[in-house]
Amino acid sequence: MTMNRQETEQLIQEVLEVYPEATGKQRAKHLMANDPSLEKSNKCIVANKKALPGVMTARGCAYAGAKGVVWGPVKDVLNISHGPVGCGQFSRAGRRNYVTGHSGVNIFNDINFTSDFQEKDVVFGGDKKLAKLIAELDSLFPLAKGVTIQSECPIGLIGDDIEAVAKKSAKEIGKVVVPVRCEGFRGVSQSLGHHVANDSLRDWVLHGRDDDPSFESTPYDVAITGDYNIGGDAWSSRILLEEMGLRVIAQWSGDGSIPEMQTTRHAKLNLLHCYRSMNYISRHMEEKYGMPWMEYNFFGPTKIAESLRKIAAFFDDTIKENAERVIAKYQPIMDAIIAKYRPRLEGKRVMLFVGGLRPRHVIGAYEDLGMEVIGAGYEFAHNDDYDRTFKELQDGALIYDDATSFELESFVERLKPDLIGSGIKEKYVFHKMGIPFRQMHSWDYSGPYHGYDGFAIFARDMDMTINNPCWNKLKAPWQRTGAEALSVAA
Amino acid sequence: MIRQCAIYGKGGIGKSTTTQNLVAGLAALNKQVMIVGCDPKADSTRLILHSKAQQTIMQMAADAGTVEDLELDDVLKVGYGGVRCVESGGPEPGVGCAGRGVITAINFLEEEGAYEDSLDFVFYDVLGDVVCGGFAMPIRENKAQEIYIVVSGEMMAMYAANNIAKGICKYATSGGVRLAGLICNSRKTDREAELIEALADRLGTHMIHFVPRDNVVQRAEIRRMTVIEYDPACKQADEYRALADKIINNKKLVIPKPLTMDELEELLMEFGIADDVDESLVGKTAAAEANLCAA
Repeated sequence: MTMNRQETEQLIQEVLEVYPEATGKQRAKHLMANDPSLEKSNKCIVANKKALPGVMTARGCAYAGAKGVVWGPVKDVLNISHGPVGCGQFSRAGRRNYVTGHSGVNIFNDINFTSDFQEKDVVFGGDKKLAKLIAELDSLFPLAKGVTIQSECPIGLIGDDIEAVAKKSAKEIGKVVVPVRCEGFRGVSQSLGHHVANDSLRDWVLHGRDDDPSFESTPYDVAITGDYNIGGDAWSSRILLEEMGLRVIAQWSGDGSIPEMQTTRHAKLNLLHCYRSMNYISRHMEEKYGMPWMEYNFFGPTKIAESLRKIAAFFDDTIKENAERVIAKYQPIMDAIIAKYRPRLEGKRVMLFVGGLRPRHVIGAYEDLGMEVIGAGYEFAHNDDYDRTFKELQDGALIYDDATSFELESFVERLKPDLIGSGIKEKYVFHKMGIPFRQMHSWDYSGPYHGYDGFAIFARDMDMTINNPCWNKLKAPWQRTGAEALSVAA
Repeated sequence: MIRQCAIYGKGGIGKSTTTQNLVAGLAALNKQVMIVGCDPKADSTRLILHSKAQQTIMQMAADAGTVEDLELDDVLKVGYGGVRCVESGGPEPGVGCAGRGVITAINFLEEEGAYEDSLDFVFYDVLGDVVCGGFAMPIRENKAQEIYIVVSGEMMAMYAANNIAKGICKYATSGGVRLAGLICNSRKTDREAELIEALADRLGTHMIHFVPRDNVVQRAEIRRMTVIEYDPACKQADEYRALADKIINNKKLVIPKPLTMDELEELLMEFGIADDVDESLVGKTAAAEANLCAA
C-alpha cells in the first residue's frame, strides 16, 4: 500500500531522529513526500549539495562522471587515466558500454591506459611523461581518432598544464587531444564530471568538422544523446527510430565516435535520453547550431509509444504515419509480454535509488507490469531532475536525495518493498535482508532495457528476480514453524 | 641524543650561507653534523662540498625509477669537517610539487637510517616561506625541535620572521617544536641589533647572535667555501664560531608569542623604520598626492 503524504512525512521524521540535530536538520531538506501537483522542486527539496561528514554516501567523483560515464563509452578514442594507477583500474569496463569494432584496432574501450604516476611524477610534474605517452599511444594505435586526458586528483594539485600538452600533442599526431579537468576533489558528486566532460567536448571536439561541407544530410537526420549503450540500450533504441524512417547520424556516447560527434550538428533534432549527463552539450548545440533537442523515454511500451509520437510530431506526416505503424507492430508483442508477466508481478512494490535519470524514467516500465514505485531517489540529481520526477510518481511516494546508507536501509525496513533497484554498493546489503534486488546502473549484467526489445528483457529480469525460489529458502528448515514448515516439506 | 634544528627566514636573507658557516663552526668544535637541504634550488651544501650543486635525492630517484631504488650512500656526501650533506631537491620553478619532494626525501632518510646516533646535530635548511605542508615537514613531530629564524633589520625580513613564529605556534601545540632564537644577519640598517633584540623580546625569545656584514663571506662563497675553511683566522670566522658555541649551549626554547600586525608596525615606528601612517594618504598615488599639496 502506498502511504499518504502525511504518513510518509511521519516516516521521514522517525528515521531522522537518530541523527545529531545539525545533521538531521540538513538531511531533512533532502527527503520529502511526493506531491504530483508540484511544478518546481526548489522550494521542497535540496539537491546537488555536499554529502555530510559521517554519513555513507553512494556518490562517486568528478573523474567517475567524466571518464566513467561520458568519455568511457566513446569507442574510437584512447582515454588516458592521468595520475596514479588505481583510478584507471577501478573505473575500467564497469558500465558495460557495448561497442562494435575490433579491440585494439579501431575500438579501445576495453583497454586501460594510465600514466601510472609515481612520486617523481608528482614532484617533477607529469607533463613530459604525458606527451611521451600520447606519442607512444599514437604509434601503437594508429586508427584511434583521438586521445583524452582524464585528470585524476594529483594533476590539479600540482598544477600540471595538460592543456598545453594537449595542444602541442594534437599538432604532432594530427588528431583530437582533449584535456579533461575532472579531478575527483572537484564538485560534490560525479555530476560535475558530466558537466566538465560536456565542456571538454564543446571546447576541443565539437567544432572539428565545422568547415567540412562533405556531409550529405537528409531531412530525417536525428542524433541520440545521453544513451551510453549499456547492455546495448542505444541499439535497441535506434532501430525504432530507423523503423519510423529517421536516420540516426550520431550516438552520444554509447558506441559513439569522434567523427559522429563532429557531424552531429547536421541533425534536425537532438534526442536526449539522459538529461542529467548531457543537457549541457545539448543546450550548447542548440545555441551554436540552432539544433533543437527533445527529451524522450524508451522504458516500457507506454512511454515508448508516447515518445515515438512526440518525436514524430516534429517531422512530416510520413514519419507520423510510420510511428503509428511501428507502435502498432510492437503493441501485440508487448501485450503478450504483459499478459505473461503482469499476473506474476501485479501489485509488487518497488523502491529505486539510482543516478540522475532512471529513478523517474523507469517508473512507466514498472507500471506497465502492474507494479508500483513507492520510493525513488537520486544519487546526484539537481533540482531540474526533481521538477521532472514529481508527476511520474504517485502522491505520497517517498523521495530521497543522496540517501545515506542508513536512511535507505531504514526506509526499506519500514516500507518492506518487494523489489529494490539500485547499484552494486547496495545490492548485497539488501540481498542479506532477504529482499529481491536488481542493479539499475548496469542492468545486473543483463540488458538492454531500452526500447521494445529491452522491455521484454526487463520484464523477464524483474520476474526472475522477484519470483526466484531462493527467497523462501532464506530460513533453515529447522527454524520454520507451522504452515511454513509444512509448505517446505511438501 | 641528536639535536635537530631547522633554519627558516625570508628568501634571500642568507639562510644557506649562515647555516653552512654555522655548521662548519660546529664541525670545527668537533661536532658531528648533517645538513638536509629542503629547497628545490639545492644550494644548501655547496660551501661544505665545494660543488656547484649536490646531486639531489629526488633527481636521483627520478633517474633510477623510484626512491626505493636508491641507497643512502648514493645521496649522502661527506664534506668539510666530516659534515654529512644531503639535498632533497625538487622540480624547476613552475612545475610539479616541491613540497612532496621534501616529504619523500625526509621519509627516505629516516627509512634508510641517515639519522645515526653518532650525530650531534641535524640542520634543515628550508625554503623561505612555509608555503604548504611539504615545507613544514622538517618541523613535524619527531623532526626538528629547535627553530632558528634568520632575520635582519629590514621591515620585510621582520614581517617574515613574525609569520614564521605564527607557523611554529601551530606545530608547537601538536608536537614539541620550539623557537630557539633569532639570528641577525646584518644588513647594516640603523639600530639593527637593538631592533632585533626588541623583536626577539616581544616574541618571547632572544637574539642568539648578531652576525656582522663582512665581504670575506662573499670572497669565500666565490670559492665555494665557508669562511671558517677559507680563512679560519679572520674576524668573521670568530663570529660564526661564537654562533656555533651559543647554539651548543642554547637552553632557551620557547613557544613564541607572535605580534599582531599593529604591534609589529608600532615596533617599527618606535625604531623609526616606518612612519606613522597618515590615514588620509592611504591608497593615494604620487600624482594625487602632489595635487593635494598644490591645492
